[in-house]
Amino acid sequence: MDLHEAQGTVVRLFNDANAQFHKMPGSAIIMRYIKSSYQNDPVRSAIELFLFLFAVRYLLAPTYSTQKNKQVSLTEEEIDELVDDWTPEPLVAPPTPFEELENEKRPVIVGPTAPKSKLTNGRTVTNLASYNAYNFVANETLKEKAIQTLRTYGVGPCGPPGFYGTQDVHMKTEADVAAHLGTAACIIYAQTFSTISSVIPSFLKRGDIIVADKSVNFAIRKGIQISRSTVRWYEHNDMEDLERVLQKVTKEQAKKPLTRRFIITEGMFENVGDVVDLPRLVELKLKYKFRLILDESWSYGILGRTGRGVTEAQNVDAREVDMIIGSLSGSLCGAGGFCAASEEVVEHQRISSASYTYSAALPALLATTASETIAILQEQPEVLNALRENIKAMRAQLDPRSDWVQCTSSVENPVMILRLKPEVVASKNLAYQDQQQLFQDVMDECLANGVLVTRVRSIPLGIGENPRDQSWQPTPALKVCVTSGLSKKETEKAGITIRHAITKIVTRRK
Amino acid sequence: MPTRSINPFATSTSPSSTAMNEKKDQPRRSSFAKGNKFTSLFGGGSPRTRSEAAALQAAIVAQQQALLNSPSPQQINTATISLPTINLTTATGEKMPSEPKTLFQPPSPEEARRIAKASAQFGPLGSQSHRYTSRFTGEFADPIEDEPPYYFLITTYISYLILIVFGHVRDFFGKRFRKAHYSHLAEKDGYAPLNSDFDNFYTRRLKMRLNDCFARPIMGVPGRYITLLDRKSDDGNNTFKLLGSTTETLNMSSYNYLGFAQSEGPCADAAEATVKKHGITYTSPRSDAGTSELSLEVEDLVAKFVGKPASMVFSMGFVTNATTFPSLVGKGCLLISDELNHSSIRFGARLSGAMIEMFKHNDMRALERKLREVISQGQPRTHRPWKKILVAVEGLYSMEGTMCDLPALIALKKKYKFHLYVDEAHSVGALGPRGRGVCDYFNIDPSEVDILMGTLTKSFGANGGYIAADKHIIDKLRAQNAAMLFAESPSPPVLMQIASSLRIISGELVPGQGEERLQRLAFNSRYLRLGLKRLGFIIYGHDDSPIIPLMLYHPAKMPAFSHEMLKRKISVVVVGYPATPLVSSRARFCVSAAHNKDDLDRMLAACDEIGDLLQLKFSSGVAGGAEPEEWASQGKETSEKAIVKAPRWRLTDVIKRGVEDTKVQLR
Repeated sequence: MDLHEAQGTVVRLFNDANAQFHKMPGSAIIMRYIKSSYQNDPVRSAIELFLFLFAVRYLLAPTYSTQKNKQVSLTEEEIDELVDDWTPEPLVAPPTPFEELENEKRPVIVGPTAPKSKLTNGRTVTNLASYNAYNFVANETLKEKAIQTLRTYGVGPCGPPGFYGTQDVHMKTEADVAAHLGTAACIIYAQTFSTISSVIPSFLKRGDIIVADKSVNFAIRKGIQISRSTVRWYEHNDMEDLERVLQKVTKEQAKKPLTRRFIITEGMFENVGDVVDLPRLVELKLKYKFRLILDESWSYGILGRTGRGVTEAQNVDAREVDMIIGSLSGSLCGAGGFCAASEEVVEHQRISSASYTYSAALPALLATTASETIAILQEQPEVLNALRENIKAMRAQLDPRSDWVQCTSSVENPVMILRLKPEVVASKNLAYQDQQQLFQDVMDECLANGVLVTRVRSIPLGIGENPRDQSWQPTPALKVCVTSGLSKKETEKAGITIRHAITKIVTRRK
Repeated sequence: MPTRSINPFATSTSPSSTAMNEKKDQPRRSSFAKGNKFTSLFGGGSPRTRSEAAALQAAIVAQQQALLNSPSPQQINTATISLPTINLTTATGEKMPSEPKTLFQPPSPEEARRIAKASAQFGPLGSQSHRYTSRFTGEFADPIEDEPPYYFLITTYISYLILIVFGHVRDFFGKRFRKAHYSHLAEKDGYAPLNSDFDNFYTRRLKMRLNDCFARPIMGVPGRYITLLDRKSDDGNNTFKLLGSTTETLNMSSYNYLGFAQSEGPCADAAEATVKKHGITYTSPRSDAGTSELSLEVEDLVAKFVGKPASMVFSMGFVTNATTFPSLVGKGCLLISDELNHSSIRFGARLSGAMIEMFKHNDMRALERKLREVISQGQPRTHRPWKKILVAVEGLYSMEGTMCDLPALIALKKKYKFHLYVDEAHSVGALGPRGRGVCDYFNIDPSEVDILMGTLTKSFGANGGYIAADKHIIDKLRAQNAAMLFAESPSPPVLMQIASSLRIISGELVPGQGEERLQRLAFNSRYLRLGLKRLGFIIYGHDDSPIIPLMLYHPAKMPAFSHEMLKRKISVVVVGYPATPLVSSRARFCVSAAHNKDDLDRMLAACDEIGDLLQLKFSSGVAGGAEPEEWASQGKETSEKAIVKAPRWRLTDVIKRGVEDTKVQLR
């Protein structure tokens, strides 16, 4: 009875399937093919059937890895026990005493940044810690322009540049920077710090080659890390060593397929303050067929007759440099960074540079401010001269007169990097941490005497990283940021205060 | 009625007349402030126009001040015509009289212009009933993702196939006969090509075709309306020429959730005062001399707002993530990240040097499996236990419109002892009855989450990002975070925008307005989502999310949809591969509190037409949009057999039923 029913069902299913099959377009052809091949050659049909079954088995077979499974197999109970046993570390380690002090002593400004800034402790101090080189912060015309922009564009653009975040003011700022530098195009990022660490990985990938200066700043280092390219370092600003490295790389790579090769360096070094020898660099780059990324974050707006940076100061055509990265914040009083290069390079970044594509655009009012300050630099180059006078005055107070420190900055750099002289370090046997502490004490001493200065910050140690493994740290140094907002006399006076503070702290140390 | 001349959608009109009105309305609106904007574009213009602009500015400020000082209820009753930028209505939710009861005087041209400008940035609220509180109710479930008929999927694949084949054919001949165009892909004088041919193929052959839908330049405020600069391309989207004209469009694209993108109103006033008082920037990193009283005040406000003891602010949202992960995890630590997490999280994760594992988007079972596996196995090779495990999720996913399952995450966190990092880039301000993000939405104590990160770019109309956590964590980050040490600090006007928008949301400033913004956003999100579902579109995401992705599937429909929308003067974002999986190209709408019901009805009408034109209505009804009666009867049966009727409502019915149905829980 049951069997009978089942048989009926099977037959019905078969008939249904048959009918369905006949309805399918092309089924007649398949039928005919199978029939004719069977009649003529049963062996062939058998082989085909076998192949078909093999294909089905192959397709249904579970995927397996060719690697040996390294996992330990555990029962659910064991896993539960392991989960219970596991005690994770706290999210952050307890603060070190040095960090605690730093947090406590961080100056807090009341009101605007100015050559004479007011702090929360009620004192007004000479501010030589802000990169306020031209004191554009106090410029009333700029403020007025910024307010006008604010009243037309609001504050934030509320979206990334690719999705309706590109405002006409951004395009204007891009055009202004490109025109100022003399490059074909330019792209504006929302923050200087993120610019180069995003530009590098958008062009360099695994297998490409980077030759970089040993003293490049933190952001460049992070960009190199993200790109996963092969890095070769050369001694800081040593063109001979660079040539040696380039020769070596060219030799090594001679037989391998051609990959992208870049030299990455800074125009004016953030941690050292000196300036690159650009003509020689360009010569080497052309000779060895490398491309050049030049980080001018600290030199754009400072060097050259109209503040165009190293290219202007050393008479190199900006188009000789493949990419110029610069900053619109700091001395230019806007915000954001830029990459000036050829059309092609810029357009590529618009879709493949992470911090441009995936981040909101720059607030319009900061873009217009940057445009305005670039115009001021071009129209009134005398503001640059005023700054240089002050730099000279400050330098005279510090570099030749101090027995303890030397200034590694170039003579036109408003950010003076003051390191301990090597003989002082040797005679007092100062370790890295000691020097840092020493400069922190100098900062405190200066502040007590009404001058706010800062120091070169060390690169934070990665979590779980052994301090010994850390490749490079900037040499501890004091940073004095000269501004044209102070008179020559005030600058000299501040210089004397700093010199005395250094002397006091260093001599106190046995 | 003069109200109509300012806002043609003031009272409920039939959709067809709405469409007509909107067309008449556009040119007038786009013309009014062009001169003023153009002068600022071309370097300030002549002194005459500048002084005029300044005078206008002064007048605007004075009027603004007068309006702000006057008590709000009075305004509503007496002067419907001179509604200020933001509709200051009483928080009690009583019906606003739709007809002005007093005799009115026609506004002066200047006043009319000011109102038009204000409502172009923030639309006046049509009716008090157009509000809703975004709050989590019921059981959290993954939104049902509807699937189109296979026909659509197959043709999508075929479309890509055609595009790829054509691309290769063009490349083949192009590389032989038009070498100059391909020079950037070839080796040249011993230099390797800057872009690899393979990586560049997608950009060159697929994206180039829809390039005109991306990076459309705008001018002015990206508020309720957004002014596009018209451009055209003569060389197949390779380069664009600006035509010099502009088009004012309805803005469904900016992340302006709470409508704080405004050049007027209390936020802009405060920002202006700050520029005058504090200058434009701080010209220094936070750790040197870039920390001001204002930054500390904002950090305090942010911490209070999100409900954490301490916070710190950054000048860029991307960098917030990129620098925070390296100061939390590193060697010997594990980072488990949702597969759809934002690029900045990946960037930070890669910098940190920690091991990275991914889990399927929002799949809590997959996460638990992963957790059990990694905790029991320990670190690879050494099998030592992990130092710590950090799970990173986003509050609201920007491409899917889905929220993270926070209650489940908290439960897992208790069991597996990992640390939780929630990126609230899109959710802060946009979710929760008080706008405080996912914790607020799910009514979960923020102390349950270790790190709350968010951006200030989106809901607050400012720029930058924040990290909120326990005080000892923030203290450590202040000393360790690279952005704190080396990056520029947020500028004073941006900080003030954050502070004042936070104060408005929490009701400290202009009481009632913050609440109105939050409730309007919640209403608008639900209203548009429901309407689109009822029209028959496939919509992804949770009901309360202001991000509404409308599925297009075919690559060719992306530009078509965008162009059709632009023809109807609506700007939308279309996204496709690689931001989404290959087949699921979509259009994404971002709803804002600045929209009112009329804008959304206009949007629905446009979608309805385009949906028919481009064959986009292929939902099966499983994801919602069914008739409420039908749904109610099904709910009783609770059987899976009940056939779901594909919703294909008529536009008029959608609009008629929308307001009430938005407020009940619908499937």
